[in-house]
Amino acid sequence: MIFAGILAGGTGSRMNIADMPKQFLELGDKPIVIHTLEKFLLCERIDEVYVGVHPGWTFHMESLVEKYIKIRRENVHVVAGGTDRNSTIMNIVDSIEERFGKSEEHYIITHDSVRPFLTSRIINDNIDAVLEYKVCDTVIPATDTIVVSEDGRMITDIPVRSKMYQGQTPQSFQMTLLRELYEDLNEEEKGILTDACKIAVVRNYPVYLVKGEPSNMKLTTVSDYNIAQAMVGGKFID
Amino acid sequence: MINYIYQLVAPGAFSIKYEDIDFGDKVIVKPRYMAVCHADQRYYTGQRDRQVLKRKLPMALIHECCGEVIYDPTGTYKRGEMVIAIPNVQGEEDLVIFENYAKDAKFLSSGSDGFLREYVDLPVNRVVPCGDISGGLAAVTEFVSVAAHSVRRFAGIAHKRRNRIAVWGDGSLAFVMANVLRLEFPDSEIIVVGKNTGKLSYFSFVDKTLLSDFIPKEFSFDHAFECCGGEGSYYAIDDIIRYINPQGTVTLMGVSENRVAVNTRDVLEKGLTLVGCSRSGREDFQKAVSYMQDAKLRQRLELIVYEDKKVSSIADIHRVFQTDSCTPFKTVFEWGL
Repeated sequence: MIFAGILAGGTGSRMNIADMPKQFLELGDKPIVIHTLEKFLLCERIDEVYVGVHPGWTFHMESLVEKYIKIRRENVHVVAGGTDRNSTIMNIVDSIEERFGKSEEHYIITHDSVRPFLTSRIINDNIDAVLEYKVCDTVIPATDTIVVSEDGRMITDIPVRSKMYQGQTPQSFQMTLLRELYEDLNEEEKGILTDACKIAVVRNYPVYLVKGEPSNMKLTTVSDYNIAQAMVGGKFID
Repeated sequence: MINYIYQLVAPGAFSIKYEDIDFGDKVIVKPRYMAVCHADQRYYTGQRDRQVLKRKLPMALIHECCGEVIYDPTGTYKRGEMVIAIPNVQGEEDLVIFENYAKDAKFLSSGSDGFLREYVDLPVNRVVPCGDISGGLAAVTEFVSVAAHSVRRFAGIAHKRRNRIAVWGDGSLAFVMANVLRLEFPDSEIIVVGKNTGKLSYFSFVDKTLLSDFIPKEFSFDHAFECCGGEGSYYAIDDIIRYINPQGTVTLMGVSENRVAVNTRDVLEKGLTLVGCSRSGREDFQKAVSYMQDAKLRQRLELIVYEDKKVSSIADIHRVFQTDSCTPFKTVFEWGL
């Protein structure tokens, strides 16, 4: 089976627009997380969609699903997230395995809830890639030169730009492999390795690259949010 | 859900419009296969009048499309069912005028966004099921429906002597038109007049083909369908008027950007009827699907349909238009965006 895991565990401290976590702010006429959720529900290759939210917001998320989702509502599951990104993913994996059992035929397409401009092409390319390579990451080529600085004052290195990519999501995994890699981490590594694909990279497991889109942006700051509102012709919030 | 709409913003340039679409009372279709029409090429290459381009762009192109039903609040279609999308947007119901000529009707890809979109939302009566017709072929159903429409109008207007029907043109439209005429009028003699021997050789199912430069003086027919358009319109219409029998019906189907002079003296003298035909409505789409149940028609259509590689980026959309400009008939492509 193919599952989507939407990561909506954040509490939105960077947005400063409202106290509400940013994934619940409205973009156009509905919350950002709902746009993201609908994209996955429209993809017929995705069997079930899990949304991992901060434990204090699960009922709120369930209410939003009830209010806005008009397609395949029975395939939507809200679960409480963990303390960080990877623990939220693992909570979702636990919940899936509890209900559908463990299987090497289970795959999970994880995605940031605050990337609502995801396309069906990116979802399908992730599914194709994860079925073949077991782990894949969505990236776009870096357009700006990347500058490395160890101390934040002086340049340490300027890597060759043609080899640099910016990571987006989805990040997709064969579920048994993801669990194996995650459980192999010690507590310190779990604290440091906040990117799901990095878990595979540090254990030398090859990760396939899927082409993302510049528009598949992460709505992190107020200006990202305003740009997104302008893109869909929505209301602006000061 | 935020939908991606791939709009032509200027000849040869696409940009994405993002649109929030609701799960309301419309059917949501995931486009699977599309076909390029000459009308799309004229926008893409900037052959349309500058004022027209200024008025109509930015706009998503493509009005020939089949796709999969993803959401249908009316319960008419099953999820995953393949359907043909109808680009004609109905105006107010009119019992006299066909829906495609109604004053307030609109057409997707001429004034409003066509089907180059991630998902397409349409009223439930703007899709028709395509059954087991394969995606690549189902994409040209709109094209077949245009021929179905002109036959419907012809049947209601033309006098009953239909011994010999001529089709002017050797392109895709002429090919489909001749095929539909073959099905509808099996006892009539169908003659195709064209300019290109290579393209005329595809018309094996008609009774005769003629080169327009070598039409015998004694050539005559009861009715004609003009399927040339463009620069060829004048010569085609002029030849038709010259050779057609009295009181014949001339169905004009080719689009020309220029005004075309018509030999009205002979139109009057012969008592001819000139009928303009463009686009099609729901009934014509249903008829087209029923025509396409015919195995012979399907096989013939497959001969003129070139399937380009899947489209997965804007660069691929450009490639399809370039491919289409180099292929003699129809170009279809799988839509992967």
